[in-house]
Formats: sequence, structure tokens, C-alpha cells
Amino acid sequence: MKRLILCLCLLAAPAFAVQPDEILDDPVMEERAREISSGLRCLVCRNESIDDSNAELARDMRLMVRERLVAGDSNREVVEYVVDRYGEYVLLTPLTGGSNMILWLAGPVMLLLGVGLGAVYIRRRSVTPEPVVDALSDAEQARLRKIMDE
Amino acid sequence: MITELGHFALILAFLVACFQTVVPLVGAHYRWPGWMASAEPAATLQFLLTAGSFMALTWAFVISDFSLQLVVANSHSDKPMLYKITGTWGNHEGSMLLWVLIVTLFGAFAAWFGGNLPPTLKARVLAVQGSIGVAFFAFIIFTSNPFLRMDVPPFDGQDLNPLLQDPGLAFHPPFLYLGYVGLSMTFSFAVAALIEGRVDAAWGRWVRPYTLAAWVFLTLGIALGSWWAYYELGWGGFWFWDPVENASFMPWLIAAALLHSAIVVEKREALKSWTILLAIIAFGFSMIGAFITRSGVLTSVHAFATDPDRGMFLLMITAFFMLVGLTLFAARAQSMQAKGVFSLASRETGLVANNVILAVSAFVVFVGTIWPLVAEIFFDRKLSVGAPFFNFAFAPFMVALGLILPVGAMLPWKRASLKRTIKPLRTAFVLAIAVGGLAWAMQTGRSLLGPVGLFLGAWLVSGAVIDLWSRTGRGDNRLSRLLRLPRADWGKSVAHAGLGVTMAGVAGMMAWETEDIRVAQIGESFEVSGFTLTLDDVQQVPGPNYRSTMAEVSLERNGREIGTLYPEKRVYPVAAMPTTEAALDIGFLRDVYVVIGDPQANGGWAVRTYYKPLANWIWGGAILMSIGGTLSLTDRRYRVAAGNRRRTGAVEGVPAE
Repeated sequence: MKRLILCLCLLAAPAFAVQPDEILDDPVMEERAREISSGLRCLVCRNESIDDSNAELARDMRLMVRERLVAGDSNREVVEYVVDRYGEYVLLTPLTGGSNMILWLAGPVMLLLGVGLGAVYIRRRSVTPEPVVDALSDAEQARLRKIMDE
Repeated sequence: MITELGHFALILAFLVACFQTVVPLVGAHYRWPGWMASAEPAATLQFLLTAGSFMALTWAFVISDFSLQLVVANSHSDKPMLYKITGTWGNHEGSMLLWVLIVTLFGAFAAWFGGNLPPTLKARVLAVQGSIGVAFFAFIIFTSNPFLRMDVPPFDGQDLNPLLQDPGLAFHPPFLYLGYVGLSMTFSFAVAALIEGRVDAAWGRWVRPYTLAAWVFLTLGIALGSWWAYYELGWGGFWFWDPVENASFMPWLIAAALLHSAIVVEKREALKSWTILLAIIAFGFSMIGAFITRSGVLTSVHAFATDPDRGMFLLMITAFFMLVGLTLFAARAQSMQAKGVFSLASRETGLVANNVILAVSAFVVFVGTIWPLVAEIFFDRKLSVGAPFFNFAFAPFMVALGLILPVGAMLPWKRASLKRTIKPLRTAFVLAIAVGGLAWAMQTGRSLLGPVGLFLGAWLVSGAVIDLWSRTGRGDNRLSRLLRLPRADWGKSVAHAGLGVTMAGVAGMMAWETEDIRVAQIGESFEVSGFTLTLDDVQQVPGPNYRSTMAEVSLERNGREIGTLYPEKRVYPVAAMPTTEAALDIGFLRDVYVVIGDPQANGGWAVRTYYKPLANWIWGGAILMSIGGTLSLTDRRYRVAAGNRRRTGAVEGVPAE
């Protein structure tokens, strides 16, 4: 938390995220701009999208996104344009290629592993005969529980 | 003088912790009663000394003793008294002292209320807890001493970070630390059991209250932090998947898994080694959390050098305890034989599924959190892993958890008939489908998020109600029997329902919130989602240690006045920082959230308005979860276990040995 606060403090210009004067007149276009900018990271903040950030740089990036949109770029072209300038660091959703496969596959692989191990464990527990040597019978158990609950 | 006494008490506590680590451990090994028993007064003394030290520091903040470096850096004489006190832990050094105070508090608890623990186990638990104390005392004394003096005391301090001058954040750290450090107790129990070479049902029962308490405190701490982010940061986000947030979320997930698997140990003597492993990992995540927060390594990959001493020290503490814990685990895990036998359809299977989902989801969060660091070090790629990734990778686990939860919760132990268990739940399922379908039909956008969230919410809440009702048996007097059900049953249902409420809240808010950003002239009215807002006035108002720009916005719906909101922008002159104070009209089904921005060139003011459906359900659900946990914690069997009747706990539900 502390770092987040520090960052916010340093950057919190007395303004907030998207300013009224940035908003495009065409609501469809503005909707697209918001969608794109919520997936782009503000470079000087931590894990905040430029859509949410108060930083001056985020404002510049938002304006850049809108400029490209007005110039007729598709959503993908706008993102590529920004990535060309700032690197893949700006993407809040990491790319799927290359070493990032590890990141994307870690969850599913671990899940398969977990389910597999769980299944083996359950299977083993269900076929092992119970050590019933000196266990209480069900009736005795019930009586015992009754005594305990009193 | 008081400061020096506090400093001295801290060093004494360190020495007592050293004693507590060594003597009882040796005593337990050779079965020397005197040596073992020495752990108890040591734990008490250690707690009292640390409490004295903490009080001395608090006193320095209360009287604004500017001869202390820490007070100068984090306080100011104009600050309200509440924030002078909370300023004690609003900084690195003070918060570490609070952390270690809680370590000693839990140790003292185990000493005071562990009367029915076997003497060797008790001595070992306290020794391990003492060793955790040693590590953190050393950390404080050698790298982060809060009692350092100024050479020349200044006239006034530099003020506490204004964002921390807020009730939500003032009490967020103590709760979070109680949670983090509560997991140190389960770690101590796990390591002690490994040294002892014995894990049985009684162990499960002893360790569960600490896990439960830690989980309740973590829930409250995280909820407070997220609530604070919601109203303070000015746009109503409540969770950012920020490394520091993830640092508190991972232990929460693992603690949730642990408190469920401990039930299996307690009731059925199965899943023993897994539970031990979870207990070790849970504390590991707590420490990694402390490391992430304080070293700044993940904040920015390049910030590692900003405080290498502290970062390295914490990393070494983490590595040491994990290494010892996992080595012991590897050496002794085989000796923990499972006893309970169960079939595929059984409560045990449900809890195994719960543990798989929670543990894997925690792993996903962990990988996402550290991936930027790994990618930079090993693959030379600078990249970000942000909210879209986590939402995509994490949400499916929660959906799966929500789907199986009501069924698993109602399955009987050992051997069950899935058909018979599902039968009473059909009503809940139909109801949930209806709620989800209604949401689907009423919304305009075609996102699945909202309907799925409401479906899960309704499914969990009604499932919890049916679960509780089914415990009352048949025939008359079911209502009076309902009230006499064990608190653990109530706790379980309330907590599960709380999870459903939170899920519905998160999904509802994310799916259906609307936003309005505009320039409004004074006196101008505008519409947002059926509400009419009027900017009546904007004024400069002086505060105790800040200046405020306060707007007056009246809120109407269909011509009926609902209330007046006062969003503020504050500037704290001493710290030279602005903060936004959003104004909220809080309702059961929605919040209206107004933020005032800058004055515009043409005379108006920038105004942001949000309509946030189901916002309060997020925190309402968290409160329900912690109430559920607390109910369970006050269940009779723990109160009995805490009393003098020796080991009554070990008998119930477990075959005699």
C-alpha cells in the first residue's frame, strides 16, 4: 500500500484521470478510446491504466490514443502505435508469445497437476481399508457425540 | 526518558525472545519440565516488554516529541489526535514494531490459553514463535530502529502522508498485520508438529482457531483497504491487482484453503501432510508480502537498490524460515499417515476440490505478481502484468469455487450420495438461474459478467440458507433448533453467504457501473442514470490541517430530493499534497459517487459522477465473511478446548486410538 500511496502522491496533480476537455464528441469513438486506454499502462505509475491515472504523462498518452483514432486507425493499430513508442511495458495484458507462454500456461498446468494429485489422493483414500481395529461403532459414536454436545 | 525506556524494553524483548527460542526447545528434546515450562513466562514477558516499547513510541507521537526522527518525519503538531496515534504505525519503523508486537501477542496467547497442549508441543510452538520474534526484533533493531533521536530537534514535524489521515487507512494496517502474523502461529504449530513427528486430530483442533482468526483479520484488513481505495482515490476502483494488494490477497487465499483442510485433519485425520505444507506456505506468503511491501522490489523493478539492507534482511528471514520449514517437512512428511478413508462422493472430496482451487488460484496470482521481475531478469523483457490478465486468469477459479461450494458444503463426511445431497439444493439452483436470467434480460450490453455474478451470489446465499435449514432435522421445532445449532454451523453458512454477496457485488459493479464526466456551471443540473444532480455551490473551507475546496451537489430522483453531497478537494500545506474526497450517497442497491475536479477556464467546474450498482455488497460480503469466521471461532468446542478439560477435543468424530 505504502508505495502505491507514495506514487499517487507524487503524481496526483490536482486533477483526475480523464478530463472533460479530452472527451471526443463522437460517443462511439470515445467508447473505443476508453476501451483502448484501459488496457494501456501509465508508465510512471504502478499497474494503473492511463484511463485511471492522474499523471500528466497519462494525459498525453490518452490524447495520443484519441488523435490516432480520429486519424482513422483501428483499435489494433492504435495499440501497435503506442507499443512501438513505449515498448510492451505499456500493455497491461501481457503478450502471449515467447517466454510469456510460461505466465499464461502456469495456471492451467498447475490446475491440471492439482486436479491430478487430488484425484490420485482421493482414489487412494477410497480403496484403502479403514483401520477399524478398535474404533467405536456408529451407535457408540452417536452416543459419544450426544454426550459431548451436552 | 520514556523513549529510552521504550528502546531499552525493545532490546530486552529481543533477548527474551532469544531465550525463548533456545531453552524450551532444548527442554522439549530432553523432556526437562522446568526448561519447557520456562517458555510461558518468557512469552508473557516478551509481550509485556514489546507492548511497553510500543506504548513508549505511541506516547512520543501523542506528545509530538520532535526529538525523535520518526516523529519528525511522520507527524505534525496540528494533526488531529486520532492521526497522531495512528501515525505510530503509518511508517515503516513503527509498523514493524506493531508487527512484532502482534507476533509476541500471539505467542502470549498460545502460552495463556494453550493449557491443554502437551507440554513438549507447547514448548516447541512457543520456541518457534520466539524464533520468529528474534528475526523481526533483529530486523527492527539493526535496520529500522524507531527510537533514533535527532541531533537538533526541529520546531515542527513534516506531517503524516495526508492519504493516511483517513479512518479507513488508519485501521487497515493493524487488521492486516493481525492476519499476516496470525499465520506465524500456524507456522509455529506446523513446525512444532514436524519436530514432534506427530499430527493428529487434536493438532487440527488447536491450529484451527489461529488460522480462522488470521483469516478473519485478513478479510477485514483487505476489505478496509479496498474500501479506502474506493472512496479515496477518486474514481471508485476497489481493487487494482497491484503487487502490494496481491501480497495480502495470496495469504488470504492460502489461509482460506488452510482453514478448510484443517477441518479435515480435525474431523477425519486425513490431508495431514498437505495441511502442514499449507501452514508453512501461508506464512511464507505473509513474509513475501512484507518483503514486497517494504523492499519495493516489485513496485518498480529498478527500486531494489533503494533500500537494499532492509530488502535483503527480509528476504533472508523469509528464506531461512521457508528453508527450515520445508526441509523439516521433507524429512518428516512420510511419518504423517492419513487415517480417514472416504469415497469419491464425500465432504472430504469437496474440501480437496476447495483446496485445489484456492491453492492454484493463489499460485496464479503469485506468478502474475512476480512475472515482470522474472521476465526482466531471465528473458530481458520489460513488461507489465495488469488487471486484465488477473481478471481473465483468476475469475474462472472463483466461478468454479462458487459453483461447487453449496454442494460440497452439504455433502456428508466419508460416504455420500450425490443425488440425495443435490436434491434439497434444487430450489437454490432454480432460484439462482432465475436471478441470473432476470439480470441477463434486463441489461442492455451483452456481457456475461453481471448475470453470472448474480447467479453465483443467489446460488451461494440460498445454498447457505438451505444448508443451515437442513441441519435442523425433521418435524416440529425446527425454528428453535435452528437457533440452537452450533455456532460453527452458523459461521459456515454466514461466511459462505458472504462470499456470494461479495461475488455478486464485484460482478454487478464491474458490469453495470456508469460514468459521467463533464464541466458544470454553478447552478447547472445534469442527469446520470436516472438521477438529477445539481452543482449548487463551490466554496473554500479551512480544515484543521488542510484547506478544502468543497462543492455542494444536490441529488434528486424523479423530482424527489435524496440528499446533498459534499465532495472535496483538500490540500495539505505541510506535506504539500492534494487529496480528493469523493462524496457518496450510499444505498442498498447502488452508490452515487461524486468527485469535484478543477475549476475550468470558462468558469465551471469539472465534475465526475459514477453510478455504482451493488457497490456496498463487496464490503458487506466481506463483513459477513468475517462475522461467519468469528461465529465459528466462538464455537463451543474451542471454548471447551481452551478450558481445563483435558483433550476432550481429541475424542469427537475420531476413532479412539
